[in-house]
Amino acid sequence: MALPTIAFWILAAFTAVSTLFTVLTRNVVHSALGLAASLIGAAALFILFGAQFVGLAQILIYVGAVVILFMFGIMLTGTAVRPVVDNDQRPAAALVALAVFLVLAAGIVSSFGTKKVRFQVAFPTVQLGHQLFTTWVLPFEAVSILLLAALVGAIVLARRD
Amino acid sequence: MSDYYVNYAAVAVLGAVILLFGLGTFAGWALLRPKRWNKEKNAIYECGIDAVGEQWKQPNVRYYIFAFLFVVFDVEALFLFPWAITYQKLGVYAVVEMVVFIAILFFGLAYAWGRKVLDWA
Repeated sequence: MALPTIAFWILAAFTAVSTLFTVLTRNVVHSALGLAASLIGAAALFILFGAQFVGLAQILIYVGAVVILFMFGIMLTGTAVRPVVDNDQRPAAALVALAVFLVLAAGIVSSFGTKKVRFQVAFPTVQLGHQLFTTWVLPFEAVSILLLAALVGAIVLARRD
Repeated sequence: MSDYYVNYAAVAVLGAVILLFGLGTFAGWALLRPKRWNKEKNAIYECGIDAVGEQWKQPNVRYYIFAFLFVVFDVEALFLFPWAITYQKLGVYAVVEMVVFIAILFFGLAYAWGRKVLDWA
């Protein structure tokens, strides 16, 4: 087996195990940590398939910010003191999980099928940056307006008065 | 094998070293230390005053605004990355674009400041 293939299996197993841990553990703090680990695994997979920018976005935004927001949520609601979470909706949850799995699997099979995916950098980040700052510069600046709106909205919603 | 994968192989090796170092340290402790636990030793503060009250107290909700501000500026930081590796080729044009991008977000920070969200008093 080639080295990238070995790396793929190791990372895929790591991602799958940490995702399973995320949903199976009953402690929400452990669950958030498991989610961070599984997102790091997914980021490594993105990087392995040459999508460097997506992988970095995954680490910076999802691991660095979204999981931190989850942690803040856990801290602010005091869930960590009584961290065992469970309810009687397991069959419904299983059904939803199965439906999501089927939709994703169908999507992946229909778009890739038996096609071989090569380990290569199809679109280098330098090229992405070049495109972003020449062709797509207006959407790029629009993103900052969107972020500004999100920021102001969050402040308006979160302020006490 | 391109340079890209060789460079990331170094990251993978470093990750493996970190993991092995951490696990190895724990395994070493587990093998070497005497295992004589008692209630006093398992207390959170082995020496000092016993903890009083509950484990959890309602933290100030303002922490969440700080987390939110962090998310917004994290997204900004993400865009700095492709910019940093291309701005030399694109010259002043790219610098101006990024200055505009950051300036727009700076209005948000100024708004937060003006609304006294950043004050602790």
